[in-house]
Amino acid sequence: MTDWPILSLVAFLPLAGALFILLLNGTEEAVARNARWAALWTSLVVFVLSLPIWFGFDRSSAEFQFVEHHVWIPGYGIAYHVGVDGISAPFVLLSTFLTPLCIAASWHVEKRVREYMIAFLVLETFMVGTFIALDLVLFYVFFEAVLIPMFLIIGVWGGARRVYSAFKFFLYTLLGSVLMLIAMLAMYWQTETTNIVELFDYDFPRQMQMWLWLAFFASFAVKVPMWPVHTWLPDAHVEAPTAGSVILAGVLLKMGGYGMIRFSLPMFPEASDYFTPLVFALSIVAVIYTSLVALVQEDMKKLIAYSSVAHMGFVTLGLFAGNRQGVEGAMFQMIAHGVVSGALFLCVGVVYDRLHTREIKRYGGLVHRMPVYAAVFMVFTMGAVGLPGTAGFVGEILVLTGTYQASTWAAALAATGVILGAAYMLYLYRRVIFGKLVRDDLKDMLDLDWREKLIFAPLIVATLWLGIQPKPVLDMMGTTIQSVVDRYEATRGTHNHADAKAPTQAQVPVNTAPAEIAR
Amino acid sequence: MYSAAVLLPLLGFAIAGLAMASSLPHATKERVAQYATTGCVMLAALFSLVIFHQVGVQGQTRTVELFTWIESGAFVANWALKFDALSATMLCVVTIVSSMVHLYSIGYMAEDKSIPRFMAYLSLFTFFMLMLVTADNFIQMFFGWEGVGLASYLLIGFWFEKDSANEASIKAFLVNRVGDFGFALGIFACFLLFGSVQFDQIFAAAPQFTEAKLEFLGKEFHALTLICLLLFVGACGKSAQLFLHTWLPDAMEGPTPVSALIHAATMVTAGVFMVCRLSPLFEYAPTALMVVTIVGASTALFAASVGLVQNDIKRVIAYSTCSQLGYMFFAAGVSAYSAAMFHLTTHAFFKALLFLSAGSVIHALHHEQDMRKMGGQVWTKIRVTYAMMWIGSLALAGMGIPGLNIGFAGFYSKDVIMEAAYGVHTAAGQYAFWLGLAAATMTAFYSWRLLFMSFHKAPDTDHHAVDHAHESPMVMLIPLFVLAFGALFSGMGLYYFFVGEGREAFWGTAIFTLHDGIEAAHHAPHWIPPLLIAVGLTGIGIAYGLYIRNPSKPKQIAKDFKGLYEFLLNKWYFDELYNALFVRPSFVIGRFLWKRGDGTVIDGMGPDAIAAGTLVVAKRAGKLQTGYVYHYAFAMLIGIVVLATWYILRTGR
Repeated sequence: MTDWPILSLVAFLPLAGALFILLLNGTEEAVARNARWAALWTSLVVFVLSLPIWFGFDRSSAEFQFVEHHVWIPGYGIAYHVGVDGISAPFVLLSTFLTPLCIAASWHVEKRVREYMIAFLVLETFMVGTFIALDLVLFYVFFEAVLIPMFLIIGVWGGARRVYSAFKFFLYTLLGSVLMLIAMLAMYWQTETTNIVELFDYDFPRQMQMWLWLAFFASFAVKVPMWPVHTWLPDAHVEAPTAGSVILAGVLLKMGGYGMIRFSLPMFPEASDYFTPLVFALSIVAVIYTSLVALVQEDMKKLIAYSSVAHMGFVTLGLFAGNRQGVEGAMFQMIAHGVVSGALFLCVGVVYDRLHTREIKRYGGLVHRMPVYAAVFMVFTMGAVGLPGTAGFVGEILVLTGTYQASTWAAALAATGVILGAAYMLYLYRRVIFGKLVRDDLKDMLDLDWREKLIFAPLIVATLWLGIQPKPVLDMMGTTIQSVVDRYEATRGTHNHADAKAPTQAQVPVNTAPAEIAR
Repeated sequence: MYSAAVLLPLLGFAIAGLAMASSLPHATKERVAQYATTGCVMLAALFSLVIFHQVGVQGQTRTVELFTWIESGAFVANWALKFDALSATMLCVVTIVSSMVHLYSIGYMAEDKSIPRFMAYLSLFTFFMLMLVTADNFIQMFFGWEGVGLASYLLIGFWFEKDSANEASIKAFLVNRVGDFGFALGIFACFLLFGSVQFDQIFAAAPQFTEAKLEFLGKEFHALTLICLLLFVGACGKSAQLFLHTWLPDAMEGPTPVSALIHAATMVTAGVFMVCRLSPLFEYAPTALMVVTIVGASTALFAASVGLVQNDIKRVIAYSTCSQLGYMFFAAGVSAYSAAMFHLTTHAFFKALLFLSAGSVIHALHHEQDMRKMGGQVWTKIRVTYAMMWIGSLALAGMGIPGLNIGFAGFYSKDVIMEAAYGVHTAAGQYAFWLGLAAATMTAFYSWRLLFMSFHKAPDTDHHAVDHAHESPMVMLIPLFVLAFGALFSGMGLYYFFVGEGREAFWGTAIFTLHDGIEAAHHAPHWIPPLLIAVGLTGIGIAYGLYIRNPSKPKQIAKDFKGLYEFLLNKWYFDELYNALFVRPSFVIGRFLWKRGDGTVIDGMGPDAIAAGTLVVAKRAGKLQTGYVYHYAFAMLIGIVVLATWYILRTGR
């Protein structure tokens, strides 16, 4: 199986599908119909093709797997070098899982269907490419290229203020990218390689690490997004079409977190350690600030967008806690959030398709007409709230456990976000679903049709499965994360003796005992 | 059988859920849901009794491991079912009360339009509760803990067209989340200290860590005290103890069977259960135990005082529950964990009985809950319910004959608690004893006030509802009989195992004590039991005097002591305080951060300013393009200078 270039197939098959759609001809209606089906089938085949990554992945190895290496630009050592490890494999699967659902959710898009479907397939290629790239240049190309289809999806198929939002989205992310590009050039000059695997072993001077870290951080922080560079996200979400929001929240935000764990922690460990207080502070502000802001939103999508910022605050917190539970929790939180928030945006899409408004005030009492929808929405609300047994819980508890070991202040403050998270989600649910059905236009609302049920079914299964039996996913990530954490702690320990966390642990007598008990 | 006892309710839930989603006729759906859920829970109850016999009486403890749940380094949590005397006791309490409530609901909810949903939620709750009590690690306990919170949320808000029900359900969830915040921090601290979340490993290691210190929020604390206090915050939330109690009275918005099952007999006792389960930790944290005692005793008195003046029949019983939970906590606080579990068990029977009887009254009076509109000799029309209410009240007040040592269930359990509190000879114990004594008087008073107001005195308004009162059907009365049996005999029957001679063999390793509170109770002065009966009778006497002999008196008193009356009627103004301190500021701050923070500051100085700035620069840049070659040459020169300077500076360093 490994002889097959699985990763390249998964990455570039969508492009082939897009090309096929491009060549379709016939009446406008026929093209639209064929484009939909072609896109759906392509993405489904891609998903099936990506399954060997799940089943064939060696969970006991921290090395890159399914590696392909072809020289690309010989003079500079730049190569087409791809592969996955425990950190990137789950994201590849998340991308291939969400794309068919997005295409199915876009069945009723009527404007420029051909271009729309092409944009989504191209987007899939770039997303997968970002996660599998093992060469700086390749990574940068994919990472930036993702912006283009997303920019178009918002700008062409978006809502009323789509142009403003698309530009805001583009400006923010581009600004960060420019700094990252400069940093990458500097890294190349220093090391004369663009091979990410080799870069792991390169020990950058401390001063240089600081600058590189900041440059990368500028790019990743915007993507995550971290407070205070988050304001593009609510606007982008509000204007994006439903499926655009799903991909945006489900995969694109994760590129920031992925970048931090792929580059910042392993390549610039001293800088990461130095800037940890900064990241903690920004993360905590993100959690509390955006949760409070979410509480007062009047637009459903904006509310969920702000909740995304809060949830991603947990991710950055866990990553920079720098221990096993923190990093693994952050990774899991990203996967869980990809499923749950994607599903929540689909939930908003369902009622938006029927009533063409996202204003919370316009709804209320939907449970009377749409009981199935109410039940589905409840599952994902609980997922967002982090109820144990749903995907959201596992990430949250691990992140907070890890953070608590790094800083009790950070953990205690971030944990208030769990209370606030329950507040804004339940308040939203109560206003939309519960209560009396008063408005006349709501009385004709139809419950989920079979297409919508088919879209939600895998998401519900994923939410509960990740919540009840997360072990296979945790195992997939575990070995790689352990090696990242070990190396991070080793460098941190040798270079920085004034580690703020050390005294806490030292005060516990018989410090070796717990580890032994744990085994 | 062991796993089945826990998993059967989940099966019932699944069947009811599938029935709901199926295309069966409406009446069939209802039947399927009712029979499936009730049958499953009853079977689970049967199994639980066998388990109780095997595990508790015969001492065969065991843990059934299902599969690994979360594993991240040393952080390992399994799905596992732990059966020892503690969980076996809880298993019986939960499944027996739950099956009675399921049965009762068939009658009580007969006219509701969402029967399958109701039955499904009840079973789901039962499943979560069983997962909570059989947990062998903190994380599964937390799963059950939050799961019952979800079920409680869904059931309080069951009648979702009512705004008050929706608000109460959200409030319950959020206040519990505040408690869970403490619980979670306690778990994290535990993991930091012990490197594990498994109970067995933590309990085994606890004695080595009695001197350990932990840093929390920049200060250093005694590790076990810190952990226990944080966990206790969680217990306070779930068990509605002082400061986190405000959700419980509002939870009465849910249907009455829910109040009986969740908000009286089972879920709210989870906090008490948690403290008992963690006795190997609490025993090494005397300060934490003192806090538990004081909070418990204060709640017992506070809730009883509010219960004196409430007019809603269910709210009176809700405050009574809150107060009784206080008793259980201070029992645990003086290391009389088995007394706490004893009272938990007897209380489950008589409080569920009281709630279901109250439900029967409400049912009879066509959903009237205001006691001021009841009365008018209604007892002659619903004699069975009336008798059940008496049994429940007598058990709650702990009535019995001290010399002969026979009495209702509460007589035995409350006695032991009070004796233990007195017998340990600590300041906190004394505090608990005297507050508990005062609360006992109030308990008797409000119980008989409830009886007299609902059944005897002339109603304040129209007689319509009272005139049409009718006795409940058998399907509702049978559960009352079963629970009444428990309220009559559970104290007598379980005394030997729980707190008597057989207690050490019964509890085994499930409960750990350094200084046994029960031992202290057995050496307490002999005047305590008669005194308890005396204060109970005093309470009843006052109620009789005020509501039967002299019915105009209560209003007069309320007028004379208006300040105190209003203070109690408004529940010490906790809701108002919390609204002003937390709820409203959250919205105000949220709006401020959104409009000013995100809008004016971040967007105003960030992207919008850049966009505006870019336009300006673009115009300027346009002007720079003058077309003269020497302008460009000059610009290039400046550029070269800057670059060169930078290069020299850099290499020169």
